[in-house]
Amino acid sequence: MEETNKVYWKGIEELTNDSEFVKHAEKEFPDHLTINDTYGDNSDQTNRRDFLKLMGFSVAAVSLASCEAPIKKAVPWLNKPEGMDPSVANYYASTYMDGSDYCSVVVKTREGRPIFVEGNTFSSISRGGVSALASASVMSLYDIEKATGPTAKGKATTWAAIDKEVLAQLSQISQGGGQIRLVSQTVMSPSTQRAINDMAIKYPGFRHVQYDPVSAYGLLEANKRQFGKPFLPSYAFDKAAVVATIGADFLGTWISPIEYTKQFQATRKVGKDKKEMSRLYAFESIMTVTGASADYRATYKPSQEGLVVAKLYNLIAQKEGRATVATPDVKVQWLEKCAQNLLANKGKALVVSGSNDVNVQLLVNAINEMLGSYGTTMSLDQPSFQKAGNDAYLAQFAQELANGTVKGVIFYNCNPVYDHPLGTTLEAGIKKAALSVAISDRIDETAAACQFHCPDNHYLEAWNDAEPRKGMFSLAQPTINQIFNTRQAQQSFLIWAGSTANFYDYLRETWRQLQAYQETEKEFEMFWNRCLHNGVFEPTFAKPYISIFENGAVVEATAIDLAAVGAEVAKAYKASNQGTELVVYPKVAIGTGSQANNPYLHETPDPISKACWGNYVSIPMGMAKSLGFSQSETQVNNARVKVGNQEFTLPVLIQPGQAADTIAIALGFGRKNAGKVANEAGGCNAYPLAQVVGSVRYSRDAGVTVADAGSKDKLAQTQTYQTFMGRKSIIQETVLASYQKNEKAGRFIPLITSYSGEIDPKEVSLWDLRNDGYGNAQEKKQSDYQKTLFNNRTDKRESDVFEYPNHHWGMVIDLNSCTGCSACVTACHIENNVPVVGKKEVINRREMHWMRIDRYYSSEGAPRDYDALMIASDNPEVVFQPMMCQHCNNAPCETVCPVVATTHSSEGVNQMTYNRCVGTKYCANNCPYKVRRFNWFKYHDNPEFDYNMNNDLGRMVLNPDVTVRSRGVMEKCSLCVQRVQAGKLKAKVEKRRPVDGEITTACATACPAEAITFGDLNDVNSQVSKLLDHEIKARAYNVLHEIGTRPNVWYLTKVRNRDQDKA
Amino acid sequence: MLWCSLLLAVPAFAQDGDGADGDGGAAPAPAQGAPAGGLSTDEAVIASGKEIFDANCKQCHAVNEKVVGPALAKVYDRRDLKWLINFIKYPQKVIESGDPYAVALYKEYNQFMPNHDFLKDDQIVAILSWVKKETDNPTITAGPAGGGGTGGASAEDSNTGGGSGVLTAVVVVLAGLLVVVLAVLALLSSVLVKYLQKEKNFSEEDREVLEQKVNWGKVFGSQAFLGIVSFIFLALVGKVTTESLIGVGIQQGYAPTQPIPFSHKLHAGQYEIDCKYCHTGVERAKSANIPSANICMNCHNAIKTTSPDIQKIYAALEKDEPIQWVRVHNLPDLAYFNHQQHVKVGGLECENCHGNIKEMEVVQQASLLTMGWCIDCHRKTDVNAKGNAYYDNLVQLHNSSSKQPLKVEDIGGLECSKCHY
Repeated sequence: MEETNKVYWKGIEELTNDSEFVKHAEKEFPDHLTINDTYGDNSDQTNRRDFLKLMGFSVAAVSLASCEAPIKKAVPWLNKPEGMDPSVANYYASTYMDGSDYCSVVVKTREGRPIFVEGNTFSSISRGGVSALASASVMSLYDIEKATGPTAKGKATTWAAIDKEVLAQLSQISQGGGQIRLVSQTVMSPSTQRAINDMAIKYPGFRHVQYDPVSAYGLLEANKRQFGKPFLPSYAFDKAAVVATIGADFLGTWISPIEYTKQFQATRKVGKDKKEMSRLYAFESIMTVTGASADYRATYKPSQEGLVVAKLYNLIAQKEGRATVATPDVKVQWLEKCAQNLLANKGKALVVSGSNDVNVQLLVNAINEMLGSYGTTMSLDQPSFQKAGNDAYLAQFAQELANGTVKGVIFYNCNPVYDHPLGTTLEAGIKKAALSVAISDRIDETAAACQFHCPDNHYLEAWNDAEPRKGMFSLAQPTINQIFNTRQAQQSFLIWAGSTANFYDYLRETWRQLQAYQETEKEFEMFWNRCLHNGVFEPTFAKPYISIFENGAVVEATAIDLAAVGAEVAKAYKASNQGTELVVYPKVAIGTGSQANNPYLHETPDPISKACWGNYVSIPMGMAKSLGFSQSETQVNNARVKVGNQEFTLPVLIQPGQAADTIAIALGFGRKNAGKVANEAGGCNAYPLAQVVGSVRYSRDAGVTVADAGSKDKLAQTQTYQTFMGRKSIIQETVLASYQKNEKAGRFIPLITSYSGEIDPKEVSLWDLRNDGYGNAQEKKQSDYQKTLFNNRTDKRESDVFEYPNHHWGMVIDLNSCTGCSACVTACHIENNVPVVGKKEVINRREMHWMRIDRYYSSEGAPRDYDALMIASDNPEVVFQPMMCQHCNNAPCETVCPVVATTHSSEGVNQMTYNRCVGTKYCANNCPYKVRRFNWFKYHDNPEFDYNMNNDLGRMVLNPDVTVRSRGVMEKCSLCVQRVQAGKLKAKVEKRRPVDGEITTACATACPAEAITFGDLNDVNSQVSKLLDHEIKARAYNVLHEIGTRPNVWYLTKVRNRDQDKA
Repeated sequence: MLWCSLLLAVPAFAQDGDGADGDGGAAPAPAQGAPAGGLSTDEAVIASGKEIFDANCKQCHAVNEKVVGPALAKVYDRRDLKWLINFIKYPQKVIESGDPYAVALYKEYNQFMPNHDFLKDDQIVAILSWVKKETDNPTITAGPAGGGGTGGASAEDSNTGGGSGVLTAVVVVLAGLLVVVLAVLALLSSVLVKYLQKEKNFSEEDREVLEQKVNWGKVFGSQAFLGIVSFIFLALVGKVTTESLIGVGIQQGYAPTQPIPFSHKLHAGQYEIDCKYCHTGVERAKSANIPSANICMNCHNAIKTTSPDIQKIYAALEKDEPIQWVRVHNLPDLAYFNHQQHVKVGGLECENCHGNIKEMEVVQQASLLTMGWCIDCHRKTDVNAKGNAYYDNLVQLHNSSSKQPLKVEDIGGLECSKCHY
């Protein structure tokens, strides 16, 4: 780093230089952890005699086994379906929906089973990106703990019996004038909505109640009052030059993070022809991925939220000559600067808030109006339907249920007993209803209280459609037969509405209406097939269109009295609250907790805290100090947290960048009925800690106490080990102004002192592999083709690197785009059959992820004393760095393997041959990037690791093109060699060179921020070549360049759009 | 279903045709106008006719003999072209329409031919043109056509067999010679000893030498002898153990009994059914595919319907229980092998690895299928780079520095992650 004396640290213990941390920092394999567990297949003690016995036995067994070949069966189809060939993957466009979570996807199936979900580039909403939740959802399909068939009062029954009973009860209730409710999360499927409406027509007392576990009711209500439209605006972050967020984690969890990340990253890219980028101000109480990506970040306490928005409003209103609102002043860093910046970028500015308070959202609307955001960076003309939950309706419903007004209730794919603050009230109320039906994938907390359970199909087993934004449609098609005796919820609705229609036909009927909005396809079948193929239908509306969700929802707009709104805000928020405050928040990888039994998601570390498997209470450094909490790898304190009359014990995680006196607990954990995996993760359910004040508020400013529970616990955290020992060439960053002056700004260029002065490390080499006198003879020898090869093209001094005559695979990771969202980690996990190791083994530092995202905090100076340290951890900057095998051209691992199990390919890839590996771990010890993973156990055949790989259903998710590794071998990122090989073969069959983009890695396809570019460096027209040809002289650097490993993975420096005053 | 699978089969062959001879696809065009009453005599048309016949008709028809359906010789004289085209496309319809000739055919053969409406009129004309040509002057196919591919292979086999035979003969002759020489020597020495014994005037020392007896007990007891013997013994045991351990898992010659004794000799050998007709994946997938029962049924809905083994297929279909074949070629899961790469891209014949399958009554594993065997082939085999733009630059680069043709190993064919990942 040229201009700063920044200190980078991965965790509190590294910052404080905790003595225990220092002691163990260098050890990759932790002897200091108590690892004596047997885990089923490791006997505790093995002495020499046992070894000889085993040896003798295995020799005998092998010779016996060789006498007769084990008989393996080959079972072909009876009638091979057309278009399906064994070992050939088929791809189907579909739609991932889980409550308000939406993503248009392409599902890869092999032999009729879905094995991978990637983004659909045809969708202009998700634009080919996925989230960790969407990508891991394929695992939830093969969850063995799902309900296997319908049940009535806990006993297995048939669909016919359930239908008879439900129909009879519904008619009875309806005839007696009783009320019926269908409770669901946001429904954004037009066909589902139609089916629900059909039920409403049939039963007079029927009403549909929608709620969201993480509600946006405040925003919906604000828009309803102000514009008469109870919808979410559609945002265009890509058109904003300045974005301010007040508590909205739009890159991580807020409403539609994939969409927003896609939009936002476009404004963050800088390069050859673009030297401008957007600026992001984040004001928040806890550290989120949005805050981590912000250029300016400041914290406030939850009790100040409304006042922060009001102040921003006032700052802008003053300049605009509008009436200000009378609210107490609150001091938050950067707010004035933010207001100035926003004003200077009218029409290119956007303010979003995660608050669920109507009044606060009305103020945000007013700010956006002043900034001219409507019609430019946001719009209600084409609103988003991704959230429709009405907190007031749900509260009313809970009351009606409790007092017996509601006689019949159907829960459709929702679990309010678990994920709503009024859960316990609801649970008691459900039992009073004459009819209670739950439709969900398993007997969850809500279903357990209901009489009937009707298991729904997984989204990969069902037909469905979606309209996440007005006029943008999306189709979901089944990619596998039903695994269990389940039935699509919509089919149940149709039957209960007295219809005999098949939902598939019903769905097509909806789409038959849509056909009129396009011109190309005259015949419905053609139109249908095209939509099915594309997965989405996004017409340009020639004729007016009214969505089913708008019908009856649009009301008269009312004039907003901002003074009154301000008064409400002044009343509800406090400028200086004493005492501890609480925030409950959804995590990027767990979301609302609906996929709580998905081991892939639990194993994905939280982007910020790097903790996995379970929740914890995160507290700021100041509080930790006053409570005497400390944190080390081996143990953390347990805290006794009291919120109102609820009390529980949780491990403590000290979180830098969290607002003072504020604690935070993640939602989505503490599931009781989700299954074994959820139970292993444990944690506590934080939903009851939210409170209902008109709308659901995810914070508390009173009645929260934290005390030392007196016990210690361990946290499964993946961050603190594998440190880079303070070397400087790991993270390289700069600020925009410096970058504009000098593209190399922020680059650390290590030099080595030699007899001829200081030289670049790569000029020093023992080898002359190409026998060309270190490149001196290059000019005359090379053919035209050779001159286009990457190594020859970019650098004349690459003679100690083999020539890669065919392909040269390379990857560029833009640190400026990466938001840390971890979609790549999950995608890699699934694509490469990486085993899940569980909580205990993560604690033992043995997680198997081939790809990790290193999160570095940074702060100015070198803090030595506790006070400086508090400041450092108060609001550190954050950099995310995806780290996987760097595929070094001169790989340290390759030279130390005694059995040549890890070698270099002629395509620049470091290959790992599992069947050759004997597990010496020398390679891992010698890897400077710490990216090699040792397979300690037979994870696929060991009941101790009871995750997907240990049951036949769960194994269906495994990728048949990738070996399932056995115990005792080393493994690591292969640059998705199976995809590379498949892509090359396709090209060879078609007698051509591969086209750029057709071969890509799982991580690169998943990334919604387009931070990862993969391709053939030898192909001068590939995106990665074009990028690197320029950036190699600008932002591109190799991590640890000074040691001369010559990686094939490059990183682009992070550029923050900060003024130079304080870097 | 039947129809589906036939339809599936067609494009594969059609592509083949296109690829094989550039103008093959265009050739039938001039025939379109010509066949008002007659058939084409154009060579290209006839050639394309043969190709279409082989792909679609051969399973049930021959020119000069009855197979499943009638012999086709002179069929163009028996019925007019329009009738034939109609009948070939929609046989059942024609029969149901009450056409007397068609009804008579149905009565005789007691089954319908499946619809062949995917064939174009000019394709049918091409087939018939070829049939006419075959009727008038049949190609002599007795040996060369069928033996073309296999003949070469077997010749090679006998060659190598011959080579090792000569070697054995030489060894045997040498051994015989050695025995004779030893015998002669023994004879000579005994004769000499006898002769010398008759001599009386020998010194004491000479007599001792003459009457010297070998003390065999001492020789056998000596350390050197024991050492040599035990070394030989250990070496032999070591060799046998090592070889048998190396052989663990090698299943060359493995020929398990299958639930249905399907004969490749009959199907692929005698009837010359193309391998790809049943093993549909071989050119487009990693796995060549064990044929599904519906492919069997394409023919066996009519042929040998009463055979108890064929009945097993019917039973499987009826009970909806797939046939459980025994897998012959078992590559370990850690090795990735792709048929498309080797057959479609590499242009290898099936026999390269699977041996002379056309002679196998019961399929057996012909090759070693060890890594050494793979590597060996990758070292020896030239890359099938001709006409494949993927390889152009590589060939050029290779040729600039070497006179040898481009081998698989030259483009990374020996690298670990080509097969292990």
